[in-house]
Amino acid sequence: MGDAAGANTATRAATRGQEFLRGLRDTLPFMMGSIPFGVIFGTLATGAGLGFWATQAMSLFVFSGSAQFIAILLLGAGSGLWVVWFATLVLNLRHLLYAATLVDHVRHLSQAWRFPLAAFLTDETFAVMERRYRTQGGGPNAHWYYAASCCGMYLNWQFWTLIGITAAHQFQEIQKWGLEFAMVSTFIGIVMPLLVSLPYWAAAVTAGLVAALANPLPYKLGLMLGALAGISVGLALDLRNRRRTPAPVAADPWP
Amino acid sequence: MNIVLMILGMALINLAIRWPVYLFANHFRFPPLIERALAFVPVAVLTAIVVPTVIYKDDQLAFTWHNPALMAALVTAVVGYVSKNLFATIGIGMATFLLLRWLLPV
Repeated sequence: MGDAAGANTATRAATRGQEFLRGLRDTLPFMMGSIPFGVIFGTLATGAGLGFWATQAMSLFVFSGSAQFIAILLLGAGSGLWVVWFATLVLNLRHLLYAATLVDHVRHLSQAWRFPLAAFLTDETFAVMERRYRTQGGGPNAHWYYAASCCGMYLNWQFWTLIGITAAHQFQEIQKWGLEFAMVSTFIGIVMPLLVSLPYWAAAVTAGLVAALANPLPYKLGLMLGALAGISVGLALDLRNRRRTPAPVAADPWP
Repeated sequence: MNIVLMILGMALINLAIRWPVYLFANHFRFPPLIERALAFVPVAVLTAIVVPTVIYKDDQLAFTWHNPALMAALVTAVVGYVSKNLFATIGIGMATFLLLRWLLPV
């Protein structure tokens, strides 16, 4: 780990404190953006019959918005344990790609640093860190910037989950306000800018079509079938295209 | 369902996905084919979640003009594609949904 005295001499690198504050500042828009989802999650989970501690524990230990939402959805549909786990796995496979993208910048760190930076790597922190490394490069204290982004997102998620649980108890009608469409519109808002070439369009259309046709299947298996079909079609078209010109790689799904 | 077991399993699965690449950072390299496939995961998974959610209503196929979720989703998709702005897309999508739900008889 770098020490402040050594880092400051030749490179005029930012101190740990400066990096931490900048990391928080650059993550702030994402923290604000995830407020409604923390609240909606707390509300929906409570509505689905999860108790106070179960709901908060999911945010504390799982810390993955999409997996938490789909778990609530699957719980409501009466799905089995393995379906929830499989959905978590499939939904969060994208984090492999995030980690693979950032790994060059954390390779020099100790395992004690790498563990939390991996465990708290969300969509939002990936977007912040990918942009930071791309525009400003690393630096001896860049991992403090990364840590700040993780801390900001984590504490923010815990706080708004708690507010959501409380709001559900106080306003029983909140689930009739149409907040559930916020989830739909967010997913659509993430997907549409990713449709940059034919393989991505084909993946989306295939996934949607197969998931819709397979929807009557039990345990929301249609979701898995649709996702796998979409990935396969997208990959096949991409490999065929790439022999001529490389297709653009999709950007991170968050703004 | 055992909620404690469910949460524990989800937490472990998340760690199993997020940690190994950093843990084995000094010996790790993805096969290019897997990297290409993972690039399609967000598009495929999120679309597979959204489409059945908006075209079914109470387990019944509701592929009609009178389904506010479906109509609002189409408007949201156009806004998202044109604006590329997530927060504008969410805002306009929500507003459209609430307006249509108020206008269209249930």
